[in-house]
Amino acid sequence: MSAAIEIPYNTTERPDTGLYNAKLGVWLFLASEVMLFGALFSTYVLLRVNAEVWPTGAQILNIPLATLNTVILILSSVTVVMSWTSLKMNNLARYKLFMGLTLLCALGFLVVKTFEYRAKFEHGLLPSTSTFLAIYFTMTGLHGLHVIGGILVNFYLWLPGTKMWRTDPERFTNRVEVAGLYWHFVDLVWIFLFPTLYLLPGK
Amino acid sequence: MTDAHHDAEHHDDISFIRKWIFSTDHKTIGLQYGITSLCFLFFGFCLVMLMRWQLAYPMKPLPIGFLANWLGELRMPGGVMAPEFYNQLGAMHGTIMVFLGVVPLAVGAFGNYVVPLQVGAQDMAFPKLNMASYWVYFIGGVVMLASFFVPGGAAQSGWTSYSPLANITVPGNDFWSRLLSGQTVWLIGMVFLITSSLLGSINTITTIIQLRAKGLTWMRLPFFVWAQLVTGFLLLLAFPPLEAAGVMQLMDRVAGTSFFLPTGLVVSGKELLVSGGGSALLWQHLFWFLAHPEVYVLILPALGIVAEIIANNTRKPLWGYKSLVYSVVFLGFMSFVVWAHHMFLTGMGTTINAFFQTTTMIISVPSIVILTALILSLWGGSIRFTVSMLFALAFLPMFGIGGLTGLPLGLASADIHLHDTYYVIGHFHYVVAPGTLFALFAGIYYWFPKATGRHMNDALGRIHFWGSLIFINGVFLPMFIQGMAGVSRRLYDGGTTYLHAQDVLALNKVMSHSAWALGVVQLVFIVNFFWSIFRGRQVANDNPWDATTLEWATPTPPPHGNFTHVPEVHRGPYEYSPPGAKRDFAPQHLPEDA
Amino acid sequence: MSDHTSGTSHIKTYLAIGAALLGGTIVTVLAAKVHLGIILGIIVAIIIASIKGWLVAGYFMHLLHERKGIYWLLALTGVFLVVMVGLLLWTYGDQQGTPHGIFQAPAHKETTHVP
Repeated sequence: MSAAIEIPYNTTERPDTGLYNAKLGVWLFLASEVMLFGALFSTYVLLRVNAEVWPTGAQILNIPLATLNTVILILSSVTVVMSWTSLKMNNLARYKLFMGLTLLCALGFLVVKTFEYRAKFEHGLLPSTSTFLAIYFTMTGLHGLHVIGGILVNFYLWLPGTKMWRTDPERFTNRVEVAGLYWHFVDLVWIFLFPTLYLLPGK
Repeated sequence: MTDAHHDAEHHDDISFIRKWIFSTDHKTIGLQYGITSLCFLFFGFCLVMLMRWQLAYPMKPLPIGFLANWLGELRMPGGVMAPEFYNQLGAMHGTIMVFLGVVPLAVGAFGNYVVPLQVGAQDMAFPKLNMASYWVYFIGGVVMLASFFVPGGAAQSGWTSYSPLANITVPGNDFWSRLLSGQTVWLIGMVFLITSSLLGSINTITTIIQLRAKGLTWMRLPFFVWAQLVTGFLLLLAFPPLEAAGVMQLMDRVAGTSFFLPTGLVVSGKELLVSGGGSALLWQHLFWFLAHPEVYVLILPALGIVAEIIANNTRKPLWGYKSLVYSVVFLGFMSFVVWAHHMFLTGMGTTINAFFQTTTMIISVPSIVILTALILSLWGGSIRFTVSMLFALAFLPMFGIGGLTGLPLGLASADIHLHDTYYVIGHFHYVVAPGTLFALFAGIYYWFPKATGRHMNDALGRIHFWGSLIFINGVFLPMFIQGMAGVSRRLYDGGTTYLHAQDVLALNKVMSHSAWALGVVQLVFIVNFFWSIFRGRQVANDNPWDATTLEWATPTPPPHGNFTHVPEVHRGPYEYSPPGAKRDFAPQHLPEDA
Repeated sequence: MSDHTSGTSHIKTYLAIGAALLGGTIVTVLAAKVHLGIILGIIVAIIIASIKGWLVAGYFMHLLHERKGIYWLLALTGVFLVVMVGLLLWTYGDQQGTPHGIFQAPAHKETTHVP
């Protein structure tokens, strides 16, 4: 490992900004993600406004499954913030419980998504079939990739990364907070994706 | 033994791989970015030197036999450049210069190396992320280079990759042909490069905000740091829409979607069997939403470097520091609302054209303020004509020409005549080549002594400077003439088959010979660079230029952890010739009474 | 946010927000079943999503207690987002002449090839 230079404000907050480094870093990252998904939402708007016909979500997509996924993701948001609270209350066991539940929810989301996609493909509904399906698969696919990314990070913090709790508990708590912020963002995107793709009336 | 000394010693105990290959030290990473990007710059230049043969001597076989043979019959049938290969060279020259050359050098190399030093930090805020950024950039570069070797060759729809052309260039119609094709590989490469940029910008911004030394308030920051901060925000917020567009173009090419394909599109006499309903203009909007801020990413670090070097070599403070800061922030903000001036001829209505024309005229104001402040900074100065100062001085009129020639392009009515002509190529190359690139050279000559402990050879530097200045103008000045005559860009034959181009065709030879001479002059720089690492004149002390900013308050070269004592800042960044002082400069970190 | 003493009040808040989010989900799904027409349907969906989003951002992401700097960052991002979407749509609306704007290629005509 490289020599022990101390990067300040990794754990404690810098007085004039009130932030520790990783928190600023993750908010900057989330700002860029807002622009990423924003570009896709604006694509949705443009494609829809200019289409002669545009399906209502219920005609093509599986609303009950997507509603289930929405519930799963909301639950995972609750569990991830509870996992952080547990660390702040010095309870590693409860942290592991809640982070484990978060991971379970995330995997459940992906399983449901797989069923959804497979059903589409079996009915010959591909991205190439229409612009509606194109934007549907692209947006939910990209969101799904972000879910996978979150699973990898959360898994690391759930098992191997927990080592840091013993050596630097405050820094570990900050890491969990930052990972939680990312996970909440993933939930936030879905909160907008779900009505946009599945619930809006067509034309 | 101080802590820092102990850390530096400890640092030598780590393995070669951890120290030089997978280093987390910002200086090593900066050097990695620097060497890699310089190689890409040279390679990108070689691509255009090859193109310029076809432009000066159209349809003539390349006189370099072994090169023509190596490129093969597909690319150079009978030694004559194939049109598809010409287009590949053009598209990849642009891509490589912008995304693999200039930005990694300006932001990845100079940003990484100098910013932590100038803010008084021990490293970047996220050293491991920094290392990841470099390696993701490297992989992106390898992917881009690999695109030359896939069936059908590299991307050939311009660095701008406009749909529908960029959608339909495939060597075959099956999934694998569409996946392993130049444009698809280009898109995959872009995903890596965009990721690298995003991670890097997060690091830069956090470092500047969080790791400033005690006493280093916002208005005491070197202008170079301000420039890198604004650049970071541009990269952070402007790149993601291109990433989204890239994903969509990938979907179009590989999954058969129609994001950018309108209904009823006919290719080679046959209607395309796609769902349609997309828009080619959507690609242009999303592309230029990034690509316009991107050009400010290309110029801002350069302005920062020039500012540092001018202050140092005039031995007086910069004129109008506050105006510089407000201008660069305003510029960054405005750069997000001008993008459609690249699209004046796409059929947008007059209201929209007027809107973007207005914002474009407004954005020229902060640029002019910055240029004026830099020029005014020379007045009354005691100028030292070091090689870095020569490049910085030349930057000023060259950037001026580049900026001024942008004005008719930014006015919708004038742009009707100039859009897609060589005038555009002349304009943007003036800003980037004798503009940014000269500033980057200036930066290399300026900070080389800090990084290596040796000066670059002065005589070779002056040859490099004068040769580059003369020949670079020889390449790009005639482009304005050709452009005003109506010669279109991206023409395979350089205009030979067009009546309106006949009078200005001879300029092609002037430009090509200048380009080749320019290439030869760069060899002087390459030799100088490597020779000086080992044999350059050693610096007399840690601050050979008698500079004021914090990077000169370190040992030479700076060890891991940078500073032997935690720096504290007591004054602004350009306290040169303070009244009544014994020396003609007051470094930022020295206490009041030193 | 790193020096909170008791977490229990926070837990109650988080659970309440979670319940509100679930409720909001039910509301939005039911609202979609009611035939409100396109414009009203879109407005209702956006309002509900925005409320849910604000709850997630404000409470789960601690934005309501966060430092001003983060607000400025998000405000800046929001401005650029609005600029991107707004100008894009305005550009579409201001197309010159073509009946279908930029989403349809011009009608395919027989062309004679000029050598």
